[in-house]
Amino acid sequence: MNDLAIRARGLSRAFGDLVAVNKVDLEVPGGQIYGFLGPNGSGKTTLIRTLCGLLTPTTGEIDVLGLKIPAEAEALRRKIGYMTQKFSLYDDLSVEENMQFMARIHGLGKQAGRRRIEELLDRYALTPMRQRIAAAMSGGQRQRLALAVATLHSPALLFLDEPTSAVDPENRREFWEKLFDLSDAGTTVLVSTHYMDEAERCHQLAILETGHLRKRGTPAALMAELDTRVVEISGNDLRHVKERALQLPQVQSAAQQGLQLRILLRSACADPAQELGAQLGDNTLTIKTARPSLEDVFVASTHGGINA
Amino acid sequence: MSSLARIGAITLKELKQLSRDRVTFGMVVMIPLIQLLLFGYAVNTEVRDIPIAIVDLSGSAVARNITEQVRVTQVVKIVARYNTPQEAEEAIVAGKVRAVLLFPDNLPQRAASGDPVGQWMVDGSDTMVSSAILTLRNMPLQLVAGAPEGAYQATEPSFEVALFFNPERRSEVNIVPGLTAIILTMTMILFTSIALVRERERGNIELLITTPISPLELMAGKLIPYVFVGIVQVTIILSLGRLVFGVPFVGSLLSLALISMPFIAASLTLGLLISTVARTQMQAMQLTIFILLPSILLSGFAFPYEAMPIPAQYVAEMLPATHYVRLIRGVILRGAEASQLLPDIIWLLGFTVVVLGIATKRFNKTLD
Repeated sequence: MNDLAIRARGLSRAFGDLVAVNKVDLEVPGGQIYGFLGPNGSGKTTLIRTLCGLLTPTTGEIDVLGLKIPAEAEALRRKIGYMTQKFSLYDDLSVEENMQFMARIHGLGKQAGRRRIEELLDRYALTPMRQRIAAAMSGGQRQRLALAVATLHSPALLFLDEPTSAVDPENRREFWEKLFDLSDAGTTVLVSTHYMDEAERCHQLAILETGHLRKRGTPAALMAELDTRVVEISGNDLRHVKERALQLPQVQSAAQQGLQLRILLRSACADPAQELGAQLGDNTLTIKTARPSLEDVFVASTHGGINA
Repeated sequence: MSSLARIGAITLKELKQLSRDRVTFGMVVMIPLIQLLLFGYAVNTEVRDIPIAIVDLSGSAVARNITEQVRVTQVVKIVARYNTPQEAEEAIVAGKVRAVLLFPDNLPQRAASGDPVGQWMVDGSDTMVSSAILTLRNMPLQLVAGAPEGAYQATEPSFEVALFFNPERRSEVNIVPGLTAIILTMTMILFTSIALVRERERGNIELLITTPISPLELMAGKLIPYVFVGIVQVTIILSLGRLVFGVPFVGSLLSLALISMPFIAASLTLGLLISTVARTQMQAMQLTIFILLPSILLSGFAFPYEAMPIPAQYVAEMLPATHYVRLIRGVILRGAEASQLLPDIIWLLGFTVVVLGIATKRFNKTLD
């Protein structure tokens, strides 16, 4: 699939005075894992709900899998899978009962439904707990069940709203393996997260803040844009150094990370380490240029520091 | 002191939450208000304007004279005239009239000899209504024009009375079938009113509405299981009524089923409608009570429909329970066939269709 799975133009959604999504332009290529990275309240959930037709956009045009949203939302429902932020299957039904229920809702035939359920129970390691009531499962197990149900009808496009927020790191890694399997099989996956490590796994990213889309691109390209803008300082009394650094006009942000102080500069320069050292004028400090991380990208593109 | 502060903190928090829950806040005012008005209106044991029919076999002036005197008591309201006692009885069974005043063909001779001048055939299934008619039994009559009131003073009562369906005038015979309507109103509305709200509270709805399911499919699926629950409840109430309270079952099971299904369906759809309005299970329960109270007071279960003022009767007509109280008393106590009770059955079916339509329309598959 080379076509765009999702195309949105000037998409806004307001709740009364609050503009949760503000003039967002978006292009999601088919077959990729596309990430929405943003803090809580940045509009990730509203954007996902609008794209899958659950919320009517205030303004803007949306085209998902070739369908106009919200006008053709009903037709879209057959082609998408949606995993809500909060577990939304039935707590008082077992794994198997939940899957059978959703298979019938999606209109899978009896035979096809049974085959598909067995296949998914196996793929998501749910076979040993097929009789277990959902309420008695761990966060990771529930999340695997939710993903299995979201993919029951083999949708072309999956919306996952913070799927790993209630899951430990080990399960998160396995979960991402499953997402790559789906992507390899041609499914477009749209996933929202506030974890940097997860965002870095995505093929492409959109960084959201207070309803605005601040930046988009591949994680590598986004990080490369920050080359020569990140320096690390180690030495004594870093709290004091941080305060002084923040006084300097070219310093956008400073954050202590363990024994180091990570500084993000407002613009690129030839030798940032040397320049900063001269300005701080402290010989006891070790200053070196660092490889930008996704967190730097996030900080650079949010916190009022848009520098495109 | 710190204990007082904590109590104060909880109190303040409760008040804040209460004032933000608009439905609950409204109910704080509406429930006593409506309840008071309804009680004030409906609690009226002095029954007036009972619908009756006249069967005059004598065709005499005396009959017309007596009819007029009965009419001016205002206890009854003459709504029909029949030619034969059989037609009149059918009208009682079908619930069109509560009583029939029958004048025999030898009325003039009876009037002259001081015998009772007519016979009341009374539907005894509502004891308050039959009591009111019984007060007419000894009413003084003025049989000759111009004679002073009360000139006709027979040793016998003025009328003979035949009490149908509940000759011993036992109140449980009247209460138990009516109670079926009230219990079903409560449980049926509550079941479905909570059904959708619970899914919304638990977050299930957000997933369901991203599937191809249509609102009508969802509504129908929510409704059907509770139809069976309703049938089980009707069976329990009526079996116990018979075994424990000795309530007779004159009618047919088929008729019982034919009147009960529309009522169950109507109550369930009303619950679904509440479900599309309420945001929490608590609100759904309060709205159910809001329907239940008038159903108890105005449906004819507790007080005769005829005893209520016209505005209260209009309200009563909108409640499914009113129609079912009529239907089930007809079938169980008077042995009416479903075909004789069509207006109420059709009303319940119409109610079901309209309310289901509104509920389906109100439930749109978005989170807007």
